[in-house]
Amino acid sequence: MSNTAANLVALNTIVRREIVRIVRIWTQTLIPPAITMTLYFVIFGKLIGSRIGTIQGGFSYMQYIVPGLVMMSVINNCYANISSSFFGAKFSRAVEEMLVSPMPNWVILLGYVTGAVARGLVVGAMVLGIALLFTSLHVAHPFITFLSVLLGATIFSLAGFVNAVYAKKFDDIALVPTFILTPLTYLGGVFYSVKMLSEPWQAISHANPILYMVNAFRFGVLGISDVDVGVAFVVMLGFVAGLSIVALQLLKRGVGLRS
Amino acid sequence: MTSTPALVVDNLRKTYSNGVEALKGISLTVQPGDFFALLGPNGAGKSTLIGILSSLVNSSGGDAQVFGVSVNKQRSEAMRLIGLVPQEINFNQFEKPFDICVNEAGFYGIPRKIAAERAEKYLKELRLWDKAQMQARTLSGGMKRRLMIARAMMNEPKLLILDEPTAGVDIEIRRSMWQFVSGINAAGTTVILTTHYLEEAESLCRNIAIIDHGTIIENTTMKRLLATLDVETFVLDVTAMPDELPSLPGVILRRRDEHMLEAEMARSHDLNSLFAALSTNGITVTSMRNKTNRLEELFVRLVEGGRNGKEQAT
Repeated sequence: MSNTAANLVALNTIVRREIVRIVRIWTQTLIPPAITMTLYFVIFGKLIGSRIGTIQGGFSYMQYIVPGLVMMSVINNCYANISSSFFGAKFSRAVEEMLVSPMPNWVILLGYVTGAVARGLVVGAMVLGIALLFTSLHVAHPFITFLSVLLGATIFSLAGFVNAVYAKKFDDIALVPTFILTPLTYLGGVFYSVKMLSEPWQAISHANPILYMVNAFRFGVLGISDVDVGVAFVVMLGFVAGLSIVALQLLKRGVGLRS
Repeated sequence: MTSTPALVVDNLRKTYSNGVEALKGISLTVQPGDFFALLGPNGAGKSTLIGILSSLVNSSGGDAQVFGVSVNKQRSEAMRLIGLVPQEINFNQFEKPFDICVNEAGFYGIPRKIAAERAEKYLKELRLWDKAQMQARTLSGGMKRRLMIARAMMNEPKLLILDEPTAGVDIEIRRSMWQFVSGINAAGTTVILTTHYLEEAESLCRNIAIIDHGTIIENTTMKRLLATLDVETFVLDVTAMPDELPSLPGVILRRRDEHMLEAEMARSHDLNSLFAALSTNGITVTSMRNKTNRLEELFVRLVEGGRNGKEQAT
């Protein structure tokens, strides 16, 4: 059997195992984001949003926050999936099954990232489905919509993987979402347009990578964006490349994995 | 024509980041088809050596070759040849034994259909097939150890490394495990075993290396090593005993209780003359056994000898 064929079998094994895990613990992986986002739509979209009226480009506040909330759920779920799954494997030492196998590092990384992206996309689709119960949407640019959600999911899957590699205890995988991910998400234009901010806050917001993901996705769905979509894709591709290199280097050096 | 050794360890060194020098340049060779014992006290460096061979530990110097394939330079190719049964349980306890085995095969690039057939074969051979669809966490300790052997067999390795596989396992399961491992060794798989049950190593292994403080202090055949043991002690169960023990040439007799004697004698001393002398003195022997396992006695002597030598040198 050629190395390529063997690597594909190995990749398929990791992805399959990750998806089985997501389905096995569906009450932890799929239901909570659906409930949380329903509450967001009811409270922010319906109750508060109805008093705000239109916010940008003639869209209602409910329509405006849908892309941001979808992207927020995708990001959070990708990150949570990969960090808990890979750290769990480290904690139980089951990761050694992969480390002693002939599998190259990129297969391990791609397998875990694919599993996390799969959960992110399923949750994103569920949240979008829930949003359609509250408002109507017409996707302006389907390809940009898909590409932006795919890149956003990949970035935070890679970031979650790096976090899991460094983590020594379960607390370590909760620190980043609590103190970095959540503030960046809330300040990344999910609930408002950064154009509403005064300087220097508007300029500072452009240092937040989530701003580019949310706006690229919002451009795909609604056709409006606070940032240039081309720049947004360059930023996202840069993050994918940078984080991939970091993750592969960590695996190569065996940081937190090999003595 | 000589065949390629199953394992060549060449001047392998490992110093951990905390400064502990776990391996101080060890070298050894294991021939294909061998059943090789790697023994040593706790902290001697056995697990570090196994960790380097299985690529879980990065070496600080030297190399190891598995059937001529360098672990450092051709990691993937070398790993295809190795099956590892680690000391600690290291599978996802929420998965089913069947899935654990099939996934393991998948990591080695073995297609799912073949993997499923092998999983069934090895789980049956290790008497785990009836547990194949239960969560692994519900298995007993012995079953978990057998599951790790089944998992290690999924890539049908040419070199199987067993790191204390019977720790904490009852005697019946230990015997069934050794029966299985002896069978695959007889079929051609080279086996390296570390264990603290020295009678296992004595009865199963043909060659042996003893490692202590990161260096190999003995590396020879089991037969040759055991031959160096010149004194044996037997425990004799007797029906009755006189008040004074007889004095027998070449034998030191010690009373352990009213019905038990210890006889320490040279290995060359014949047992018939011992029994005859005891019988003449009115002592009837009903049963006898070795006081300690022979390898255990040698092991203690070698390890303690090495330490005493070091203490004197310092």
